[in-house]
Formats: sequence, C-alpha cells, structure tokens
Amino acid sequence: MPKPASTLTQEKRYLAAFASFERNGSAQDPAWAHRLRRAAIARFQSLGFPTARRGNEEWKYTDVGPIARAPFQTPVTPAGVEAGALERFALGKHGWSRLVFVDGAYAEELSSLSTLPPGVRVSNLAEVMAASPDLVEPHLARHADYESNAFTALNTAFLHDGALVHIPDGITVEEPIHLLFLSTSRQETASHPRVLILSGRGSRATIIESYGGPSRGRYFTNAVTEVVVGAGARVEHYNIQQQSEEAFHITTTQVTLGRDSAFSSVNIDLGGSVTRNNLNVLMGEEGCSCTLNGLYLVGGSQHVDNQVIVDHAKPYTTSRELYKGVLNGRSRSVFHGSIVVRKGARKVNANQVDKNLLLSDQAEADTKPAFWIYCDDVKCGHGAACGQIDETALFYLRSRGIGERAARSLLTRAFVSEVIDSIENEPVRAHVDTLVQAKLQEWLGE
Amino acid sequence: MLEIRNLYASIGEKEILKGVNLHVKAGEVHAIMGPNGSGKSTLANVLAGHPSYTVTSGEVLLEGANLLVMAPENRARAGLFLCFQHPVEVPGVRLDHFMRAGFNAIQKSKGQEEMDVLKFDRFINDKAKLVEMDRSLIRRSVNEGFSGGEKKRNEILQMAVFEPKVSILDEPDSGLDVDALRIVAGAINQMRSPERAIILVTHYQRILDYIVPDVVHVIVGGRIVMSGGKELALEVETRGYDWIERPDEALRAIG
Ligand SMILES: Nc1ncnc2c1ncn2[C@@H]1O[C@H](COP(=O)(O)OP(=O)(O)OP(=O)(O)O)[C@@H](O)[C@H]1O
Ligand SMILES: [Mg+2]
Repeated sequence: MPKPASTLTQEKRYLAAFASFERNGSAQDPAWAHRLRRAAIARFQSLGFPTARRGNEEWKYTDVGPIARAPFQTPVTPAGVEAGALERFALGKHGWSRLVFVDGAYAEELSSLSTLPPGVRVSNLAEVMAASPDLVEPHLARHADYESNAFTALNTAFLHDGALVHIPDGITVEEPIHLLFLSTSRQETASHPRVLILSGRGSRATIIESYGGPSRGRYFTNAVTEVVVGAGARVEHYNIQQQSEEAFHITTTQVTLGRDSAFSSVNIDLGGSVTRNNLNVLMGEEGCSCTLNGLYLVGGSQHVDNQVIVDHAKPYTTSRELYKGVLNGRSRSVFHGSIVVRKGARKVNANQVDKNLLLSDQAEADTKPAFWIYCDDVKCGHGAACGQIDETALFYLRSRGIGERAARSLLTRAFVSEVIDSIENEPVRAHVDTLVQAKLQEWLGE
Repeated sequence: MLEIRNLYASIGEKEILKGVNLHVKAGEVHAIMGPNGSGKSTLANVLAGHPSYTVTSGEVLLEGANLLVMAPENRARAGLFLCFQHPVEVPGVRLDHFMRAGFNAIQKSKGQEEMDVLKFDRFINDKAKLVEMDRSLIRRSVNEGFSGGEKKRNEILQMAVFEPKVSILDEPDSGLDVDALRIVAGAINQMRSPERAIILVTHYQRILDYIVPDVVHVIVGGRIVMSGGKELALEVETRGYDWIERPDEALRAIG
C-alpha cells in the first residue's frame, strides 16, 4: 500500500540529517559501520514510521504520528549540560561506574569510572569501534532487528556513539554500572542512544540504564540496547525512565540468552508523552531463564505501551513477567505480551501477568496477551487485571480509623510494592521507591 | 452508649433491615442470634458505615452523637469497632503498618500522642500474646493467606489494639477450633469493662459459655423479634428458630 505523501516528507527530515551525519559526525568510523548505517537508513526509508492502521497489530494502540510530524533535529555537535542537571537522575553510591550521554553523545566530563575487575570494559561505543572493532562488530546490530522495525532501523542509521559494557568470562562485577542518557530540549532534539552489553560465560553484572531530560520540553529519544548473555551468566538489568511529560520515548531492548543463563529486568516508566518499550528476549539455549518486571505510572494524557516478546526457542527455558500500571487522569496504557514456544521446546514454563490500577474514570488500560505455542509439553499461564481500588479493602482500612485519602494511598502503594520489591539491588530499589512515592504523593496527596 | 432506633436499611432495591431497635448500655454484652440471611451482618456493616448499604430511615446514636452521618473512619475514631465476619485480604499492606496507621489516625483525631514504630512494635507484641497469635503473621500482608482461624484472631487482636468503646463482633467464633475459641473468648472477656459495650453476633451457644451475655436478641427477617436472658440462647440452640417465627409458640415462651 503506498504511503501518503505527507508521511514521506516526515521521513525526509531524517534522511537529510543522515546525509549530514555521514559527512560530518561519523566520517572516521570503520567502513563496516558506514555500510551498516547505509543499510539501516535504506530500511528506514522503505519502512517509514509505523502507522496504527488496521492489521498492524504491533502498533494498533500507539499512534506515533506526533513523533513523525514533529520537526526533531538530530544534532551533530554535542550539547553541553551543567553537572547540576544530573542531580535528579543521580543514583546509587559513590564509586559506581557511570557513563553519561547527552543527546546521544558521550559526555566524558560528566562520566566517572570506578576500578573495575581486569578485562571489564565500560566505555563509549565510538571509542571502541575505533580501537577494538573486533569486539563489537560481531554483535552490533546483529541482535536488534532493523529489517522490520523502523525505529531500530533509524537508531542503527545514526549508530555512532553509545555505551559498551563487556564482562569477560567468569568475571563478577560487584558494583552496578549506570548508563545515563540525558536529553536536552534545544531545537527539539532527536537522539538515538545505543547500548551493547556483552556478558561472558559465567559472568555476573548489574546494569542500569536511565533516561531523563528537562522537566518540560519536547524531544525524542529512540534507544536500542542489545544484551548478549553468555552461558551460565547472570545479568540484572534496570531501565528507569524519567523523561519530560512532553517527550517521546521509544526503546528496543533485544536480549539473547545463552545456556543456563539468567536475565532479569525491571522497567520503570514515569515520564514521557508517548512511551513505547519493545523488550524482546530470545531464550536461545536450554536452561536459560528470565524475569521481566515492569511498573508504569502515567497521568494527564500520557501514553505508555510495553511490548514484550519472549521467544522460547529451546527446551527447559523459563520466563516470568510481572507488569503493573497505575493510571491517573486521561492516561492510557498498553501491555502487549507475546510468548512464543517453538517446536521441540519441551518443558517450557512461561508466565505472564499484567495488572492495572485505574485512579480515574477516564484512564484506560489495554492488556493483550498472545501465545504462540508449537509444542505440547509446556506450562504457560497468564493473568490480567484492571480496575479501581478494591472498595472492600478501602472500607476495611477506613473502619480502622484510616482516612479515605490515606487509605487510597496505602492501597495504591501496596499495589506497586510488588514490583518495587522485586528490585534486587538495594540502592536501585530505594531510588525507584523514592521516585514512585513522589509521583503518588503528587497524585494522591498523602 | 449505643442506641438504635427503628433502623431500616437496604442494599440496592432490597430492604434488609426492617425496623431494628436496640439499646446497649456501657458495660453490657448483647448477643445477637438469628438464621442465615436474617440481617445480622447487615446491621453490623450499617453501623460501621459500609458504603454498599443505604439507611432509609431510623437513627443511631453513639454516646448521644449521630453515628449515621459520620464517615466510616470517624465512627472508628468515635470508638466503634467492627470485627468482620469475613475479613478482607489486603496484599502488599503489612499488618503491623496497617494497625499503626489506624491506631495513629485515631490517636491524632483525639489530640493524643502517636506511637513510633518501636513503641508500637512492643505494644503489638503484648497484644498478640493475648490472642496467642503467631508473631510472624504481624509482619505479613493483612490477612493474606491467613487461615480462617488466624483471620478471626487477627480481628480480635485489632479489637485489643484499638480498645473501642463499642465493639460489634460478627461471628468471631465461627471456624475456630476448641482451643482457639477459648483463647479468642478469653481475649474478648478481657475487653469487658464498665466503660465498654459489646455486641456479639453468633450462631452458637458455645461461645456464650465463656462470654456470658447480659441480653440475647433474636433477629429474623431484618427485625429483632425476641429478646431475653442468656437462657434464650440455649433455647435457640436446642429448638432452632422455627418456634420463634410462630407467634403462638413465641408468646408462650415469653410467658
Ligand atoms: N451485596 C448484596 N447484594 C444483594 N443482597 C445482599 C448483599 N449482601 C447481603 N445481601 C442479602 O441480605 C440478606 C442479609 O444478609 P446478612 O449478611 O446480613 O445475613 P446474616 O444474618 O449475617 O447471615 P449469616 O448468618 O449467614 O451470616 C441476605 O438475604 C443476603 O443475601
Ligand atoms: Mg453474617
């Protein structure tokens, strides 16, 4: 079906930005990177921004028209940010390694690295592409599919900087590694953060990605993260989103799991005008497992869409998903969880739960589970719930002298605590708890 | 202390209470018996201010104050307590946090000192001994996964914590084994005092052997149809309710 002309003009803006990016921003990158980017921009050009048209199930509930239409600029020169701007996003303890990126570009002066075990690499991608291309070339853009996903294609087209985390075989990194992506809203910026996490056999690491920007202002973040987890390795991954409520936030996280490995993620969405998270986990070898949790708190006219695909390609693989949302105002949430069990993938155990608490009559939550099961010997379960505060529980609390507002607040906090408590890392849990409590305080006043 | 006058209440279109009159003085224990569906829990819920019920006429005074215009939390703050027949599970809210929130809200409303976590912990531990409740339950989510008996003990624990003036106990004995019944009844008895009143809803005479009531009422079809001394409970236990519903028999019984 031919796309309307107006849409094509929308994509042209990015094609023009790409041309100038190839000339100025990334000329010294290796030849394979140029080839990759050119292939990606070609894909983006032919795919175009996805539309919510009928039959396009993946984008049925989320209209990215406002993103396509906005005149976002992809900056070539990095913007400056004052160290004070980081405070709202400061996380963890002194001594954690932190890489900071501003509008997608590495900001060395804001970053700090702690002493890491031998061989561990935490650095900006541009530098590694130049210095050790052999480390990244076999993985970069080999996991996150830019053939069919326009946003991944767009990100890959502008692939130049970002974060690389490489944990060699058998190494445990005790302290979490924090990757902070800040956006400025100068010229309505578009940025395409990129992360590559390579965790070797039997290694262990905790990695936090956080995204934020000025409290007001429109900008567009289009992030792609690839995580490759080696055999027997354990990766704990957190994604904390505190964008401006006018911002557009699109992420794609592609995880590939090795034999007997374990991956856990907790995805927190607090900001964003339109947020869309694609989390794809390939259970690529026997015995691997993943726990994917999420919490979104949206109000006003915010829209958040979590699309989670767990692909059980091999036998004896286990997945657990628990997503919870609290919706205020006229906000809208979508949870679209797909579980695929491939032929021959025996003894798969998959469970998915999405629960939403509506604080207002005008908020709306859609949950859409999808199971694609091509094997008999599996255990799959799912649960979904959507509703207002339980009146019986509310009455019980009030009958003990607790005021109505306090009771509502207590029950709402109880609802979110299940996800917050699943955050294993204590400082991260405390950080998320503070952010969530502040938001609930703003809404509920207690 | 508590005065119910000609109380009518309905749920949706259905009228359940059809003119209840009850006067409970300080220091008294009133037992209420009655067949399933006769409106005992409805009466209890209406008194506590459950939003599902509509009072269509009548009035209720708690120490002279108009109870029916108060929000549920204000009834609790005024000294009313309902021990639920079916206590609700509240996942994610710890029992000790919940009780402290209620306790402090009540203290605050009276301009009295609130308790910090440590002090409240000690306070709760003492109270838990009274109902011989496993202390680990106190740190769990309210009623979540509690057995039927544990839920009842928890309700009585809360009664001991809040020290209400008027307690309405809706079948605190159902589902309890013999030992648990003795413990729960003992805890309730400890709450008896000249300043407090207790309304005890039950189906069984058994608990009344421990907690001897001053008055026994029988409620049928949303009205108190008979009141008497503790012997009335025995009569009900052996003969059921049929005879009460037959006016001639009833009259003979009253003499
Ligand atoms: N939510 C409701 N909707 C409709 N009818 C209700 C509702 N709640 C209670 N009722 C009805 O009201 C009547 C009184 O119920 P209530 O719970 O007060 O009885 P009860 O005397 O406590 O009985 P039991 O001894 O079984 O506990 C019953 O007929 C019951 O079905
Ligand atoms: Mg009842």
